[in-house]
Amino acid sequence: MAEVKTVNLTVDGKQITTPAGTLLIDACKSVGIEIPAFCYYPGLSLQGACRMCVVRVEKMPKLQTACTTPVAEGMIVTTESEEIAQSRKGILELLLGNHPLDCPVCDAGGQCELQDMTFKYGASGSNYVETKNHKEEQQWSPVVFFDRPRCILCYRCVRVCGEGMDVWALGVQNRGSSSVIAPNGGDHLDCEECGACIDICPVGALTSGAYRYKTRPWEMNHTATICTHCGDGCKTTLGTRQDNAGSEIVRGDNRDKSGINGDFLCIKGRYSFDFANREDRLTQPLVRQANGKLEPTTWEVAIEHVGKRLREVRQTRGGKAIGVIGSNRTTNEENYLLQKFARMVLQTNNIDHHRTADYPALLAALGGAANKAASLRDFEKAPAMLVLGNDPTEQHPALAWNIRTNVRTNRSRLYLANHADIKLRRQAKAAIEIPAHGYGALIRYLAGQESEFVPNDTATKFREALLAEPELVIAFGSEFRGRDLETLVAWALTLPNCKVAALGDYVNSRGAADMGVLPDFLPGYAPAAEGAGFADEYGAPLPTEPGMNLVQMMDAAGRGELGALYVVGSNPVSRYGVEPAVLANTFVVVQDMFLTETALLADVVLPAANLYEKSGTVTNTYGDIQLVKKASDTSGVRTDFEMIVRIADKMGARAQSMVPFGKGLRADLGQSRGAQSGEADRHAVWLAANNYEPKLSPFDPFATFDEIQRLVPSYAISRFELFSGADKAMRTDLVQIANFPADRADLVLPANDTLFTSGTLGRYSKVLHEVMESRETSPAETAAD
Amino acid sequence: MYLVSHPDEVKVISFRFGQGAEQIDKYIELGGYEQARRAIDMGPEAIINEVKASNLRGRGGAGFPTGLKWSFVPKGMDRPKYILVNGDESEPGTCKDRPICEYDPHSIIEGTIIAGLAVGAKQGFIYMRGEYRYLLDIMDKCIADAYAKGFLGKNIFGIEGLDFDCMSHSGAGAYEVGEESALMESLEGKRGVPRIRPPFPAVVGLYGGPTVINNVETIASVPHVLRLGGAEYAKIGTDRNGGTRLFGISGHVEKPGVYELPMGYSLRKAIYEVAGGIKGGKKLKAVVPGGSSTPVLKADEIDVGMDFDQLAKAGTMLGSAGIVVLDETVSIVEFALRTIKFYQHESCGWCIPCREGTDWLKKTITRVYQGNGVSKDLDNIKYLAENMMGRTFCPLGDAAAMPTIGFITKFRDEFEAFLSENPPTPGLVLQQAPNLVQLAAH
Amino acid sequence: MSTPTTIFSAELAARLDRLVTLYPVKRSALIPMLLYAQDEIGYCSDAVVAEAAVRVGITELDVRNVLSYYSMLRQKPLGKFHIQVCTNISCMLRGGYEILEHCQHKLGVHENKGVTPDGLFSVEEVECIGACCWAPAVQVNYDYVEDVTPASMDAAIDKYRQLARPQ
Repeated sequence: MAEVKTVNLTVDGKQITTPAGTLLIDACKSVGIEIPAFCYYPGLSLQGACRMCVVRVEKMPKLQTACTTPVAEGMIVTTESEEIAQSRKGILELLLGNHPLDCPVCDAGGQCELQDMTFKYGASGSNYVETKNHKEEQQWSPVVFFDRPRCILCYRCVRVCGEGMDVWALGVQNRGSSSVIAPNGGDHLDCEECGACIDICPVGALTSGAYRYKTRPWEMNHTATICTHCGDGCKTTLGTRQDNAGSEIVRGDNRDKSGINGDFLCIKGRYSFDFANREDRLTQPLVRQANGKLEPTTWEVAIEHVGKRLREVRQTRGGKAIGVIGSNRTTNEENYLLQKFARMVLQTNNIDHHRTADYPALLAALGGAANKAASLRDFEKAPAMLVLGNDPTEQHPALAWNIRTNVRTNRSRLYLANHADIKLRRQAKAAIEIPAHGYGALIRYLAGQESEFVPNDTATKFREALLAEPELVIAFGSEFRGRDLETLVAWALTLPNCKVAALGDYVNSRGAADMGVLPDFLPGYAPAAEGAGFADEYGAPLPTEPGMNLVQMMDAAGRGELGALYVVGSNPVSRYGVEPAVLANTFVVVQDMFLTETALLADVVLPAANLYEKSGTVTNTYGDIQLVKKASDTSGVRTDFEMIVRIADKMGARAQSMVPFGKGLRADLGQSRGAQSGEADRHAVWLAANNYEPKLSPFDPFATFDEIQRLVPSYAISRFELFSGADKAMRTDLVQIANFPADRADLVLPANDTLFTSGTLGRYSKVLHEVMESRETSPAETAAD
Repeated sequence: MYLVSHPDEVKVISFRFGQGAEQIDKYIELGGYEQARRAIDMGPEAIINEVKASNLRGRGGAGFPTGLKWSFVPKGMDRPKYILVNGDESEPGTCKDRPICEYDPHSIIEGTIIAGLAVGAKQGFIYMRGEYRYLLDIMDKCIADAYAKGFLGKNIFGIEGLDFDCMSHSGAGAYEVGEESALMESLEGKRGVPRIRPPFPAVVGLYGGPTVINNVETIASVPHVLRLGGAEYAKIGTDRNGGTRLFGISGHVEKPGVYELPMGYSLRKAIYEVAGGIKGGKKLKAVVPGGSSTPVLKADEIDVGMDFDQLAKAGTMLGSAGIVVLDETVSIVEFALRTIKFYQHESCGWCIPCREGTDWLKKTITRVYQGNGVSKDLDNIKYLAENMMGRTFCPLGDAAAMPTIGFITKFRDEFEAFLSENPPTPGLVLQQAPNLVQLAAH
Repeated sequence: MSTPTTIFSAELAARLDRLVTLYPVKRSALIPMLLYAQDEIGYCSDAVVAEAAVRVGITELDVRNVLSYYSMLRQKPLGKFHIQVCTNISCMLRGGYEILEHCQHKLGVHENKGVTPDGLFSVEEVECIGACCWAPAVQVNYDYVEDVTPASMDAAIDKYRQLARPQ
């Protein structure tokens, strides 16, 4: 890389050295000098419109806008003076002249940039007596409201929608003082409903249907956690408020720009937390009575009942007659604990989840290579990107955002191969269209193998250009599994500086696989058949024969061979179209928020907390591990973690062997450990060696996180960084899968969600419903798309 | 439109006016297209040097030296270069481009070709304001005739490999588009909002290519610069202000019209001799010397030569050389209100100080004129205008602020009269006031 | 490439087909296109917007953003003869407002851009039309009427009324 030329300048007496071409406003920011601006927004095109960022540059006749002035050698700049303050105050006076000043009821009150600037520069007096122009508020979509008189025309919304989202749903109409922001549908928006326009609005002109007039910003607690929806794992900041039933989420936004998603959040991350507040949420355990009806009961009764029945099945029919279905929205700790419970307590390898990508094949194909797995962050700076299959705009919106941003700001080259004309094609440098079932042939062609793919001129050039790329990241959809995936990864490993990412569907699909919620793999992809190490650690014999997968379990149930089925946060009955009769002779326990199709067939339904109501970690589809923080609370529900521990307890498992909490025995390097204490003891040694305190509660998921970090080498990431809110990539180089079966059934069932669906969970989101309904009633005039 | 004349006129650009030069044969008979042909032999450097020597300065209003502007265009660039002729004449008090387009349209085409030769452009656009539809039709016919004669198109003047295309383009009503970067935006089919500079149009302009943007009068002067020679042309005017200008004298004079006078000609003589003095023998109150954006001169300030530098010294500007003469009966407050109403209407709205500043100025002056003003309004008018000066995105803010500061400073007593117990009766401009106020609610 | 369905006359459609080919980018044709379309249709109707969007290959929103910027382009129909009275400084000094008032009074339209009941005339106060030296001035559609007096304005109105009468 060429050496970056630097420039020296003086700002307010401070010497600054900065790369040539840097804008003055950014150069100042880098040394802590904040220059006020409404229209400037990093990463979006320059406007020079608000004139708030004016500074005095020596030898220039007029005040200059810092947002449009590149630094120059020897430049001497003053950013605060009487003249500058006066100029800024003048702007504020002009704005406030027509601004409604309804701050006491404005959603932005308390976090409004216009308020802050007025506070700083003072424009309290008014020279005008005219009545203000009033316009009624307009609703542009279920989630976007526009209050025109509050708008200061900074054009941030127009740019973030167009440049950032590539949706171009907002424009500026009329001119002069009649200028107004206008939506593409005339009186409504036809867009992706991401709400970025609302978040980026410096005032309260654009407000959210989900949040408006609900509360004051300072009355909320803000918790930055991970969105529960797609596999990208965006950070969303949830604003919560105490209510009668715990604490309610009233707002989601991406105020915390430190997240892996930067400036981005889609409709789901921003608004689809609303399932949590639904009236029909389960808040009491339900047990099926003799009359065949599910009736509410107490936790004690319900858990006791579950423990007793599971114990009976285990004793009478053995662990092989019990099935466990995990979730792709529960935390790594819960997933880990679930598989531990299944293997150690239920004595079964019959554990699976709704798989949306073939992660075991990916890890096997990577073969322990280091730095070959692409993080979501890699797509914001890689000089070249290849997307095979999938439709990131719909299914991985944060990835799509990163790709667009990378193309726009770094001129990254995007290569696209798809069977559909997906929206990202607009950013593609080269694209080829292939048949829906042609991905295998394509990858064999790209990899230079024998292939039935018949390349035309475009395809030949496409391949040549790819091979000439010095650095490449590849994202591929669930079209690639098993052998095709293996071919792809093997080819990628031959390319210089190439990284790959498999695109799976939900927030913790990757975590479910990593944590061994699979019939054939233990945590960290240790083959179930070779589970000796874990058996040692768990202090119990573990079944070594691989278990049944989800489909096999249902088949077994249909044959009457499955005595019990324990379903945690999953709805297989709906997802796999299971006939109700299939489960008629199986004791079914379901942990969920709602009476889903599966829960309706259960013998016991336990009301579960959702991802926003618990703590722990999740791993996105790229392998980026992130911290989940508890934001809200609903009285009556419990976390899946706690429920698993309690059921294990009722089955006679020692709580401490499930979750390594409490002091245990002294960390004496194992010399005096008793027969029963090996696991806790080893754990205590590890804790002491790492300077960690033992956790004090059996319901503390971080006790299990300790165990994961100790036993799963690929999760040995910096806890300090993780806990301070950073995303840490899983260590693929510490995953070695020996003897990966060539004919392993991948059982991948892609979710095929759109921007406005999210599996079963999405069906419980009012916002998503409203948006989809509004799109049906106002046929899209999306000339842009 | 009709032609006027006065013995003091020096007919350089206007020498073909009224002789049927819109017909190509007549134009050629009067020496037309000779300079374009000659320019081919001169070569870019010699053309630019000649234009530099002529001291020709931009006739649109800013007065930037034309030769210097052309010399900023990088040589030997891959991107196509463009000549863009600014015929978006919209400054109130200005109607000088119309006679050129009507009576000597080929001189614009010829000037465009010469500019193209000077900077290496192969395409010219002549942007006409939308209201000038009949001139667009004239221009289109002239362009077609020039193509037919081989002066435009492939191998112009029969020279193998020398191509130059030219076409007209219609605007649709927007003063702001007269600003050169907004003009490019408009030609690209967008809202007429100016661009951030740098980059300057000479480097990155129309369609991203280097672009020379010249006013109609400037470009029409170019063939005459070559015809007379740069040095001779410069001699007609004053120091650093070469040649002649078309002065449009309007308002309260006996013989309003467009007169071609040498740069530096006396403003007093222009009013009292050339234009026949104040209409109806009334007394002079004030003069707006160069279009509505230039600060007003009082009756005793008109002994000044009309060139860029002398008028700047007098605290105003030559601008577009549209001289508007106000007799003693004019209410300056009404005049100021009509002026700011225009800028409020024409502000593109992009930047806050211009969009909001022109609006508040209009509202405040309206209120004063209605007799509802309060004493702090007068200071506030000045304060508002001063806060706009030099702080807006483009010069439109200055164009609104400068005359306002002029009116309130030089004629404060007239404003104060409206604050008195018995304010003067407002004129018709206020009876149209619903229009004034409704605009904001548009 | 001709647009398969058009709301314009064959002549205008052909002109617009050609217009988009003249510039380095199609979008450059937008503003003249809207103006010519308005000349034929009377205003920039939704249908005009839709067709222009297709012709230059941009969104309808983008067309509206541009259309609403330019004062000559209108989104509502006006009179067959649109009388645009300049009242800017040079015209004002020579009676522009009196002419405006005269037109409004004579035609009985009192609001700006008001249209006569027969749809024949509309009156608008406009900004400078570049006729300062021949003030006061009026444009009827694209025709200039200069040095206007109430009497000559009446004559002009009568002339246009005659023009509208079926022959």
